[in-house]
Amino acid sequence: MIGAALGALMSFWRARPLQLFTLLAGLALATALWSGVQAINAEARASYAAASATLGGDSLERIVDRAGGTLAQADYIALRRGGWLVSPVVEGRLNGVRLAGIDPLTAPQGPTEAGAGDLWGFIGGRGQIIGRADTLRNLPQEGPELVEQHSMAPGLAIADIGQAQRLLGLEGRISYLVVLPGQPLRQVPLAEIAPGLELTAARPATDLARLTDSFHLNLTAFGLLAFAVGIFIVHGAVGLAFEQRRALVRTLRALGLPLGALIGLLAGELLVLSLLAGGMGVALGYLIAAALLPDVAATLRGLYGADLTGQLQIRPVWWLSGLGMAVGGAALASAGALWRLARLPFLAGGQRRAWALAGQRALRRQFALAIGLLGLAAILALRGSGLLAGFGLLAALMLGAALLLPVVLGWLLRGCERLASAPVAQWFWADSRQQLPGLSLALMALMLAMAANTGVSTMVSSFRLTFAGFLDQRLMAELYVDAATPAEADRVRDYVTPRVDAVLPLMAAQTMLAGGPGELRGMVDHASFRDNWQFLAALPDAWDRLHSGRGVMVSEQLARRADLWLGDVLGVEGTALPVVAVVGDYGNPVGQAIVTASLFASLHPEAPPHRLALRLPPGEVPGLVDALVRDLGISRDRLTDQAALKAYSMGVFERTFAVTGALNLLTLAVAGFAMLMSLLTLAALRLPQLAPVWALGLTRARLGRLELLRAVLLAGLVTLLAVPLGLALAWVLLAVVNVEAFGWRLPMHLFPADYAWLAGLALVAAALAAWWPARRLARTRPADLLRVFANER
Amino acid sequence: MLLAVTDLHKSFPGADAPVRVLRGVSLQLEAGQTMALTGESGSGKSTLLHLIGGLDRPDAGQIVLDGLHVETLSDRGRAALRRDRVGVVFQQFNLIPSHSVGANIAFQARLAGRHDADWCAALARRLGLEAHLAAYPEQLSGGQQQRVAIARTLAARPALVLADEPTGNLDETTAEAVLDAMLSLVTETGAALLVVTHSAQVAGRMQRRAVLRGGVIA
Ligand SMILES: Nc1ncnc2c1ncn2[C@@H]1O[C@H](COP(=O)(O)OP(=O)(O)OP(=O)(O)O)[C@@H](O)[C@H]1O
Ligand SMILES: [Mg+2]
Repeated sequence: MIGAALGALMSFWRARPLQLFTLLAGLALATALWSGVQAINAEARASYAAASATLGGDSLERIVDRAGGTLAQADYIALRRGGWLVSPVVEGRLNGVRLAGIDPLTAPQGPTEAGAGDLWGFIGGRGQIIGRADTLRNLPQEGPELVEQHSMAPGLAIADIGQAQRLLGLEGRISYLVVLPGQPLRQVPLAEIAPGLELTAARPATDLARLTDSFHLNLTAFGLLAFAVGIFIVHGAVGLAFEQRRALVRTLRALGLPLGALIGLLAGELLVLSLLAGGMGVALGYLIAAALLPDVAATLRGLYGADLTGQLQIRPVWWLSGLGMAVGGAALASAGALWRLARLPFLAGGQRRAWALAGQRALRRQFALAIGLLGLAAILALRGSGLLAGFGLLAALMLGAALLLPVVLGWLLRGCERLASAPVAQWFWADSRQQLPGLSLALMALMLAMAANTGVSTMVSSFRLTFAGFLDQRLMAELYVDAATPAEADRVRDYVTPRVDAVLPLMAAQTMLAGGPGELRGMVDHASFRDNWQFLAALPDAWDRLHSGRGVMVSEQLARRADLWLGDVLGVEGTALPVVAVVGDYGNPVGQAIVTASLFASLHPEAPPHRLALRLPPGEVPGLVDALVRDLGISRDRLTDQAALKAYSMGVFERTFAVTGALNLLTLAVAGFAMLMSLLTLAALRLPQLAPVWALGLTRARLGRLELLRAVLLAGLVTLLAVPLGLALAWVLLAVVNVEAFGWRLPMHLFPADYAWLAGLALVAAALAAWWPARRLARTRPADLLRVFANER
Repeated sequence: MLLAVTDLHKSFPGADAPVRVLRGVSLQLEAGQTMALTGESGSGKSTLLHLIGGLDRPDAGQIVLDGLHVETLSDRGRAALRRDRVGVVFQQFNLIPSHSVGANIAFQARLAGRHDADWCAALARRLGLEAHLAAYPEQLSGGQQQRVAIARTLAARPALVLADEPTGNLDETTAEAVLDAMLSLVTETGAALLVVTHSAQVAGRMQRRAVLRGGVIA
């Protein structure tokens, strides 16, 4: 019985290979979208992490061998005796893995903080090596116990310093010493203890990690939206397959198949199909992501587990999340269909019920719900606080707008109908309105896709503009020198002064600001700053006030945290200064206050400038770099070439852009697919609506053209509504969610050309989706149209 | 002569061999004449009507309507024929579901460029539809729907009205009333009428009768 029933259900697909293909392709596309976003997210994270490492560098000073060799254990002991709070690190490569040996008792961030937890296991007995599973795979299994820790950086493993020294063959040697924060005031100078060693300054903390986190959060939000779009399409595809088999289901039940078995069969079928489609989708998603990322090597490292044979392997977690999306989405989408099936009256007459044609009452309920959700969104926008409220606002806004869409489209189409005067035009609008219930799911998917696209374009482009401006202002000098010592700084300054246009010392010190840790910066008066810096808010004569010592500039984070704005007074180490400007400081978690150089020098005489910004014609930068290395023995990694740095940072954005473009296309493809499914579903129901008009004197070809036009027009209307929604979405993310999560607000810019391009794409997607059904309609045999009027119905 | 059908052939693809439905039908109708077409179920009455109305193409033979060779017309030409010269009333599902009764009545006349609001209003009154002009087809009874279809056909003042069992779905009294209204209005507008029917009573009220049997007019 069950076997026969299964055969009957399956024969449905055998008879309709094309529909089976569309269902699988739809599910696969939705999954591809989801896993593609995941992949892109991972790529963005990896890129920014790399950028952060390059730009931000390590936040602690180190003591290293001047000649580039290792340090002796004796140096370490001597330094500790001399009052230096340092922690030893040994580093080396073992089977291609970067193995770092640390002393967990003195290290600033021990393995316990990294999450391993077991200090005694780490140092005692056999010892442990902590790393990611793919990293550990390359290490010898017979040595210390291998402990998996997913949060570790790829390719890095840590062990106790003794173990690492032994494994690396560096017994008694140290690669460098980390200088811990909070050094005692009195300590024996480094040069006296070990003249061969030098202190490398901490890189200035233009910490990109926070910027990365923010970008990542936003991309994640869009990933969820993509998921929602995916659910819509799966819903359409599954609903269609169920609806078409309604009669078959009724027959099977009439033949005595229990309802439970029937639902089990259908659910099982769905599971198999969604797993199949999910697998294809994951592969497709990664193929697309990998093909689009210029830096394929980085992509592969980011996306796939490292494999010694060089073969690509998709990580299990990606597989699982992709398959979960497909199966979960299909389950969610089919729950309603299965429910309706379970309650299907046993012998409901031959009366055809259009599943998609929701009643007037349902529409009214939907309208009320939409208004309620949008009201909730408004309340959250005005009154809400916290990250949760931000995401709640986002969800309420999107869902409310989606539910409102059919109602608003109904109004618009009614308006068009009133304005039309020709009979065919009037019929066209009235008929379009009649299609709305059947198309609304697909149109909602299209709107969400378009809104997501508009939002993501706005967000990424705003990020780029802001970030480029920020780089321009923070990296306005052509070359930066991080001197190891004040003495070296003086030597550099003397050396370069005749060779460059300007030497601008940069001063910074840790301090307390408005009751929290912060950074105080000293700034010299120079046109470079005056011309390049942009303020979020500033008094008209902000620079003059600053440099006359009568004002302070604060970063946005500090301003928001301490609730400071122009004219408010901030206490800077005992001096009360009015805020004259607020500057954007994207990515820096620490609040910043900027005072004039002389004031800084008087407050922090112990912190002379280590860092020099040099202004010179860009073409002369390479020559000066060579000269500094040759004549002063400055190591190259202490010299930062602004152009290269900017190029690198912007390159990261360009990569993200390529990916966003692909994301846009993919989302629209999915939405277009949802539309195709709906149109195919409606095609059978459409004949009774079209046959009378045909009989009254419209050709089939014309009806086909009108179908195509309708799809494009509806897509156009949806796009018109989606763009403002997308902008609202971007605003919520940039101005609400971001502020709640990171304490700073990303300025939002508008990009009309981008939106026009997206709208064009949406129209093309709609036209492509409608093309096939329209062509089929244009070729319908007259006999099929005539059957509408025949007796046997 | 308004309509001259000569040696018309039409077959449909069947399970093994083609089903030859019409095998040389010939038929003539003068302007303003009324004719009943009867025959067994499956004899090809509807098929013949469809061919005459330019809704489908014959395999062979001629259909001259108002001097026009229907069998040679393109898709577009046949659409124009349906719009401008003939009016068809089917057994059911005649109406445009997205249009109100009023809009349905006016539709074909407007398509043909012969819309006359007074005439439409008169038709609605004569067919007892005045109270329902704003209603939608789904809100009407079967008899009301058929009356709307008749009003719509006559609103366009076609030269030939084709009706395929227009009262087949209606009860006897309603059928009688609908038929009365149709006949008197057809006579008034000077149109010719070809009506397919199973009912001897309906057939009896037409000026001429033809019986389709074995693929030919008996
Ligand atoms: N599109 C078609 N494809 C195949 N066969 C068809 C088609 N249309 C009609 N036929 C066949 O042609 C024959 C004539 O059909 P038609 O509908 O013209 O009969 P009818 O005289 O109108 O019958 P009824 O009185 O039942 O309406 C029937 O055998 C029918 O099965
Ligand atoms: Mg018939």
